[in-house]
Amino acid sequence: MRAVDALMECLKAEGVEVVFGLPGGASLPTYDAFYDAGIKHVLVRHEAGGGHAAEGYAKATGKVGVCFGTSGPGATNLVTPICDAMMDSVPVVFITGQVRTDLLGTDGFQEADTMGITMPIVKHSFMIQDPQELPTIVHEAFHLARTGRPGPVLVDIPVDLSKADIDYAPTGDIELPGYQPTTEGNQRQIRLAAKALAHAKKPVIYAGGGVVNANAANELVALIQAGNFPTTCTLMALGALPANEPQWLGMLGMHGTRAANYAMDEADLIVAAGARFDDRITGMLSEFAPNAKFVHIDIDPAEISKNVPAHIPIVGDAKNVLSRLLAEYRSLEVDHSRLDEWWETIHGWQEKYPLVYEDSADEEIKPQFMIQALHEATGGSAIVTSDVGQHQMWTAQHYGFDGPRKWINSGGLGTMGFGLPAAIGAAIGCPGEQVVVVSGDGSLQMNSQEFATLVQEGLPVKVFIMNNGFLGMVRQWQELFWDKRYSAVDLQDYSPDWVKLADAYGLAGFQLTNKSTLVDDMKRILELDGPALVDVRVTREENTYPMIPAGEPARNMVG
Amino acid sequence: MAEPTFDSLNLDDLEASVGHMTGRTHVLTILVENKPGVLSRVAGLFARRGFNIDTLAVGPTDDPSLSRITLTVDGAVHPIDQVTKQLHKLVNVLKIRDLEPGEAVERELALFKINAEGAQRAEVLQIVQIFRGKIVDLGHRTAVVEITGTEDKVTAFEEMIRPFGLVELSRTGSIAISRGRGET
Ligand SMILES: Cc1ncc(C[n+]2csc(CCOP(=O)(O)OP(=O)(O)O)c2C)c(N)n1
Repeated sequence: MRAVDALMECLKAEGVEVVFGLPGGASLPTYDAFYDAGIKHVLVRHEAGGGHAAEGYAKATGKVGVCFGTSGPGATNLVTPICDAMMDSVPVVFITGQVRTDLLGTDGFQEADTMGITMPIVKHSFMIQDPQELPTIVHEAFHLARTGRPGPVLVDIPVDLSKADIDYAPTGDIELPGYQPTTEGNQRQIRLAAKALAHAKKPVIYAGGGVVNANAANELVALIQAGNFPTTCTLMALGALPANEPQWLGMLGMHGTRAANYAMDEADLIVAAGARFDDRITGMLSEFAPNAKFVHIDIDPAEISKNVPAHIPIVGDAKNVLSRLLAEYRSLEVDHSRLDEWWETIHGWQEKYPLVYEDSADEEIKPQFMIQALHEATGGSAIVTSDVGQHQMWTAQHYGFDGPRKWINSGGLGTMGFGLPAAIGAAIGCPGEQVVVVSGDGSLQMNSQEFATLVQEGLPVKVFIMNNGFLGMVRQWQELFWDKRYSAVDLQDYSPDWVKLADAYGLAGFQLTNKSTLVDDMKRILELDGPALVDVRVTREENTYPMIPAGEPARNMVG
Repeated sequence: MAEPTFDSLNLDDLEASVGHMTGRTHVLTILVENKPGVLSRVAGLFARRGFNIDTLAVGPTDDPSLSRITLTVDGAVHPIDQVTKQLHKLVNVLKIRDLEPGEAVERELALFKINAEGAQRAEVLQIVQIFRGKIVDLGHRTAVVEITGTEDKVTAFEEMIRPFGLVELSRTGSIAISRGRGET
């Protein structure tokens, strides 16, 4: 059969339910194979939308997302989602078309060195050189994307080879002698970590996206409850510990709560699980958690001691390690009252510094209120995707996620334009679940072409724009750190009329301006069968607080 | 790291053991799959992470499906454990050895084109002899000399010969292999 038909067989064997993509000359054979392969293909309107949709699908379901693009511009349009998937460890297989082998290296029409361009931002990549190898390579790509520390894997297929006839027999063979991720944590280290937890007087559990990737939220919660450990999560792990649990301190980092950041600052033991001590977490590295010893659990050994030296490094899968850590901890005799004083200090911070904002005296909608209203209108258990900026941070702070894989956003790369396509992927991956987007009037314009895809797929996603007429987060920094010299951030007069835009794409459009009816208005819209675009007008110049100014220690939080 | 006992653990006794600079040059030999782009992956990783490669040599091994890359890296400016951990993440990298100075044999080959006119010629030839170099080309005005040895030896020869007029120099960078029976 043709190599591309074998490709379809491999995708089916990998359990692929949906592929996001857009065709072109170099992927014509592939799309011919799609024609009757029986795999759902979602036609996006820009490859970046396809890549982010595949990421949203992967983040919401834990399965491998798949995205197709053609050669040249199709592949270069995928650079942002590939990099995004790398930064947030999202399992996505990207399959790109390439020019004919005899044209390679000649600057042929729509030739781009896709392997070279993407080399620094993939977990691994392959270029097909012999069509007979294609099935094995495709299975290797899925294996690499899914296992260990997940990430993007690229397969580049020259168009002539994609048409070539091959002997296809189903295969599960993979040959990756240089790839053997360690999943089992070292028993001795785990026991030592349990002992450290039992002795710590000011412990904090600091969980990151790796816990979500490993589907280890239950194990995390069990450990936290067994020890009554104060817990914070990164932006990537919100929901891993439901926000209504008593041990929840809120998110940490630049826009985290004071309770979480101060607890890190004063902790004597920090157990980091699937987290990588990013600069948005640590602030000034030399003053980060000065009194703490670190247990660092990660499946990627290179993360351990990369930024912060670990005292008890544990390489392994978070699910494996956390469940065994719990067992070890349970086997120890612990004095639960040792944490009384610590909890008292933390409760003091929580009372003194709750996440508050000054509400408007009139009908004006404060952005924070908008998120609380959305929480109420959705019952607090929607899948929420977002873009990048103030709206993202306010959603992270105020939505209060009640489970993992419900908060889907671009953390590491901070990619504006992520939210809408990611919601398309999430909605396809989780039919029957309420999926909402919280976007900004800036970010939404970066992939608004995907409204066409949303409508074509008939997905009941509701898109809420927190419309402040600004590139709000940049405006905030200019206000706070650049003397209020607002440079290139005002969008107010030249943004589309969103209701008309919705109408043009064929989805329901609304504008909401009243605080007192906001929750009811949202509820009414959420009940609609189809997709909707909701332009919520909020206070223009509100700042996201609290905040650790970039590069400063947590103690210097402002706002 | 002093091993903390399990029964009575004092958090203060825990030490972080990694992330330090070693302060010396490290010779890394890296066994890689002989697949297209492998060298770019290795070189790109160094560039991206801000690690400087002092020397780099690549060549085949006894197994045609494998190549060996030998790199020298300055452990005074880079945390070597981070360098090797990042290298291990490359799927085509099969094995990395950070060769301890005593346990390996290290060699470099260099070709020197030296001004060897008139009265200088005898003196140049004498230095070449002391360094056990080989004259591989001799013209009226210049000599091409082959020197093999450790990086230090090649550098020492270069310093000796420079005053006579060094026209050109080409060095391979070190390659290394472990001593004894064990595999590198
Ligand atoms: C692709 C991309 N370009 C630029 C930025 C820099 N940036 C970060 S936040 C932001 C403003 C976002 O504005 P908007 O989407 O309206 O959200 P708001 O902050 O107003 O809530 C910008 C431009 C980015 N993160 N991503």
